[in-house]
Amino acid sequence: MQPIIEVQNLSKTYQSGFQALKNVDLSIRKGEIFALLGPNGAGKTTLISIICGIVNPSAGKVRADGYDIVKDYRRARQLIGLVPQELAVNIFETVWSTVTFSRGLFGKAPNRPYLEQLLKDLSLWDKKDSKIMALSGGMKRRVLIAKALAYEPKILFLDEPTAGVDVELRRDMWEMIRQLRDNGVTIILTTHYIEEAEDMADRVGVIQRGELILVEDKHDLMEKLGKKQLSLQLVEPIEQIPSALSAYSLSLSEDGMQLTYQYDHQSDQAAIARLLRSLSDEGLDYRDLHTSQSSLEDIFVSLVEEKV
Amino acid sequence: MNGHAIRAIYLFELARAWRTLMQSIASPVLSTSLYFVVFGAAIGSRMVAIDGVSYGAYIVPGLIMLTVLNESTSNAAFGIYMPKFTGTMYEILSAPVSSLEIVIGFVGAAATKSVILGLIILLTARIFVDYSIEHPFWMLGFLVFTCVSFSLFGFIIGVMAESFEQLQVVPMMIITPLAFLGGSFYSIQMLPPLWQTITLFNPVVYLVSGFRWSFYGVSDVGVGISLTMIVVFMLVCLGIVTWLFKTGYKIKP
Repeated sequence: MQPIIEVQNLSKTYQSGFQALKNVDLSIRKGEIFALLGPNGAGKTTLISIICGIVNPSAGKVRADGYDIVKDYRRARQLIGLVPQELAVNIFETVWSTVTFSRGLFGKAPNRPYLEQLLKDLSLWDKKDSKIMALSGGMKRRVLIAKALAYEPKILFLDEPTAGVDVELRRDMWEMIRQLRDNGVTIILTTHYIEEAEDMADRVGVIQRGELILVEDKHDLMEKLGKKQLSLQLVEPIEQIPSALSAYSLSLSEDGMQLTYQYDHQSDQAAIARLLRSLSDEGLDYRDLHTSQSSLEDIFVSLVEEKV
Repeated sequence: MNGHAIRAIYLFELARAWRTLMQSIASPVLSTSLYFVVFGAAIGSRMVAIDGVSYGAYIVPGLIMLTVLNESTSNAAFGIYMPKFTGTMYEILSAPVSSLEIVIGFVGAAATKSVILGLIILLTARIFVDYSIEHPFWMLGFLVFTCVSFSLFGFIIGVMAESFEQLQVVPMMIITPLAFLGGSFYSIQMLPPLWQTITLFNPVVYLVSGFRWSFYGVSDVGVGISLTMIVVFMLVCLGIVTWLFKTGYKIKP
């Protein structure tokens, strides 16, 4: 499938000499939700800003739906919407005038019914004549989303869309993002809430110190790098792990009451059954057991720490 | 050409003037009217006519120029500085608009406001002094050219400014003194020869002189020279704006 965003060998060095991006290559598939993760200052916002035309690249090429963002900037930018990280909005304007402005700025003819529906979907319709300064932080964030959607983009960049937003509104936004994807909009989001990426993203990219260190399907990533764990609560404490169980990757808690077995998707599927039989053979009884698996956040942290 | 974008920027900027009507229109009209009252109606009656024109009428073109130069510069500078200050510049930079379209939107709106302001002051002056307009077409032409040129100049200041103070410095510290010393209140021929020569280096002299010619048919310098100077100034400003957008200086990191 032809990617909707193609980033080739993209680099950015600011005048201060700081190299924010180093030879980044990235393809975004049409209709997917792509989560770009990375610690502060990793280069996420620089990458987005270059694709959107806000920052000049030092080297490399970017295409949006086949259009070069420099040579064919008009066609490329008409496709792209951006919800910035900062609450950058003219507070003296009304909600209606600011979304009308955004639609016109991106070359779209006025369309009142569309904008009316958009504001209703974002629960902003009753505030359409309010000045933005009178709105809460969460509402201002929604105004920014309304501005980006006012010109019906095919690609939407969301730079920390739920930063500073309460839990309920965050869930609403996730739902809205899914609806946009269902309507054919390609979504690229950066977030600090790994839970957000885990919940929504189809694919995940991890950027660190200006380098894209990983791009992977979310489920594949969690399978490949995710660890699983089986914990067994023993009936009686033991002092050490019996030698008959040394073939298993086991650890014993300090109080001798819990055995922990770590495995991953590549481990022998029958290993757990064998382990439980071996425990029985050794006369070790357990009163409870449970399994857990690492979250995307655990994987992200281990990836970043590994690189450091 | 992205006509919708030009329209959006233009209307947005005009709406800002409407929101700040007292500051944008009422305040400059009132302060200029005070000049007409003091120098036109009160002191003007005691002054001798210049080039056959009563003093009160003589200063009308100069005072309109004084106001529109300041307002054109301030309006355009503030218009482009505000998105930089509030961070909303991201939207303009990420939009499918060319630098020319951005300039047309911002400068067009600033110039429109100044032309309207100039015409309001012209009408207001009629209350206090009696004047005539010998070449109305040229009067409008000089007014529009001047407003566009100085709006371009203001746009450059707005792009380069890094604080609100810097926005105010050029109008207050440069344009106002140049306008006062550029023959707004007198004919430069009333000055000693050395000062006449020095004054010719003041670009505002050519604007005021040409504008006054359109009213009364009298001027300190030739009309052709005045027009040439305005066009040269406009081209220099356009050149600087083009360079700013091409290099991204103070616009794009």
